[in-house]
Amino acid sequence: MSQQAKSERLMNLVICLLVARGYVPKSRIRRVVGGYGGQSDEAFDRMFERDKDELREVGIPIETGSNDPFGDEEPGYRISRQEFELPEIRLEPDEAAVVGLAARVWQHSGLAAATSNAVLKLQAAGVDADRRALGAVEPRVGGEEPAFWPLWEAVRDRQPVRFSHRKASSATPMLRHLQPWSVLSWHGRWYVLGYDTDREDARMFRLSRIVGDVEPDGVPGSYDVPPSEEVRAAAAALGPAEPRDLPTAKVRIREGSGHILRSQAIDVRPDDEAGWEIATVRYSSTTRLAEEIATHGPDAVALEPAELRTQVIAWLSKVAGVTT
Amino acid sequence: MAEQGSGGDDVSRQPVKRSQSTQARATQAHSGQEQSGQKQSGQKQPRNKKSPPKPRPDSAPAQVARLLSMLPYLRSHPQAPVSEVAELFGVSERQVIRDLRVLWFSGLPGLSMGDYIEVDMEGVEGEGVISVSNADYLARPLRLRTDEAVALLVALRTLAEVPGSFERDAIDRAITKLEQAAGEVAERAGAVQVQVDGDAVADVAGTVRSALDDGRRLHLSYWVPARDETTERDVDPMRLVVVDGRLYLEGWCRRAEEVRLFRLDRVAGIKVLDVAAQVPREARPRDLSGGLFQPSADDELVTIRLTRAGRWIADYYPCESAEEIGEDEGLEVKLRVRDRRWIRRLALRLGASGTVIDPPDLAEEIVADAKAALSAYE
Repeated sequence: MSQQAKSERLMNLVICLLVARGYVPKSRIRRVVGGYGGQSDEAFDRMFERDKDELREVGIPIETGSNDPFGDEEPGYRISRQEFELPEIRLEPDEAAVVGLAARVWQHSGLAAATSNAVLKLQAAGVDADRRALGAVEPRVGGEEPAFWPLWEAVRDRQPVRFSHRKASSATPMLRHLQPWSVLSWHGRWYVLGYDTDREDARMFRLSRIVGDVEPDGVPGSYDVPPSEEVRAAAAALGPAEPRDLPTAKVRIREGSGHILRSQAIDVRPDDEAGWEIATVRYSSTTRLAEEIATHGPDAVALEPAELRTQVIAWLSKVAGVTT
Repeated sequence: MAEQGSGGDDVSRQPVKRSQSTQARATQAHSGQEQSGQKQSGQKQPRNKKSPPKPRPDSAPAQVARLLSMLPYLRSHPQAPVSEVAELFGVSERQVIRDLRVLWFSGLPGLSMGDYIEVDMEGVEGEGVISVSNADYLARPLRLRTDEAVALLVALRTLAEVPGSFERDAIDRAITKLEQAAGEVAERAGAVQVQVDGDAVADVAGTVRSALDDGRRLHLSYWVPARDETTERDVDPMRLVVVDGRLYLEGWCRRAEEVRLFRLDRVAGIKVLDVAAQVPREARPRDLSGGLFQPSADDELVTIRLTRAGRWIADYYPCESAEEIGEDEGLEVKLRVRDRRWIRRLALRLGASGTVIDPPDLAEEIVADAKAALSAYE
């Protein structure tokens, strides 16, 4: 029952501070809010402090101040209606429908709950959003990496952080110091982008390669995030490169196979031998293309350039266990 | 300083209940007195930094937050069924009734007659419908918190990124209105960005979308990666899904006679057929919450020894185990494999950076594949 009593006390405290016209002195709160009476001074102080903290944590804006500009009066508390209430919002049926769909986008439990709470508040405000309706389009976004939430909090609070991060090619993690700007999903993988204070430049780190905890490394609010266009430009610069004027290679592909090679091809024409085709493929890395061709086993043969041919042969020889 | 509804200051004791429904209230009457405030020690545990603060749904602050949304909802939905409210708020019906009991003991400071929030507990316990009054000062829900606003706005932007111009106009309008309502916290929405790999498959997505809208069957030429083979099939579309930034068509495959997911970037050809789609009634969308690839214990367990250059495998595919080996940062991983053709191709891709060591006959097949490929260069 003490659970219910506590909820009643919190509700009555919220109502008391919300309906008051000014700051309510603590002594008055103690008198009028049921549950505070009958406590010793010390017990009341402790109880009241904790109540305020807990209400603030669920998003109730309790302000401290005084009605007396000269500050002689006992300080008081209030909840400003403007800070407390969701402003008027009206959504058209098609807008409400997409809001309902949005509630299912997140797979990360924390963000899924946050979205559901947001939609719930909108529903309480009279928006007719259905969170259960199946949409024709259903994006799912992960974010299950353990580093996701602490980094998102760090971005939100402008909190510099440090963490250990290992490169894809290495087992040994390195300690990084970062002022995070944004947590972003690129090709379905999560990264944090920010200012690396060791490198003195923008850097991007894959979340799944962060080892251990993300630790605070400075004071919240101690840096500024650049304007969103700059953040986006930095992300684009650090992300995968755009295809530009790339060289081409010729690959012989068995008919009906080599889908990926064909999708990169600028030209595919029949070979002299039936059942085979010659594809002209753009590539940015000889090694990558050699890997791709090797993956196709006997269904793809590198023709030119010679360097590509040599690499494919070397690659396959290693798998076959023969020396070239 | 004055408050609406003066109750007098001297109300330090447990509020005296209104006379109506005294029976039901009497069972609750002790509730206000025995609060010691000591029992809540569990609330102040240190924040777990790995996950968002998640108060238990029955903790007092969570209950109050819920009530602050429930009140305006009940106000705009008179006689709302308990079951509906429970479902909406994601709690049990019993919890809703417990919530309403808290409301019943709440009201304007002083809590004199007429200050209490009116809850028709008889209606709740009788017909199972809720009616609440005398709480005009709690007519609107709480503002969106930063994480709520960001999570919702990013979700909407992700929806908008899906090609096939899916209701983009409605999404843009909703985003503008929400940004206004959220106020300055909306500015933090850039904190999370989701990019959907959509441009390359925009045409295919558009075709799928129009088939969905018109309820038509699709013909697909679809590439199956395990076999590197393009297959022809008719599919009755159910929905477009985006998982890990990639677009998929989910539909009833008439060839397999089951629900299948088709990755749009593997669609080599697509055509809307002049046939109405017929999705069987028993067809259910797949539950994607556990990810796309759910390994089964029936699948073959394959061990691969990776060098430093092959470590990416552990990032890309769900591994049963991954063990550090040797001094040069090697890794030994075990994977569940459904189709050997897939792992044979993967082994060729790995080259020297990974070697399948178990099962041995699979390792032999891979060597044979490599030798067959090499013969083309002799």
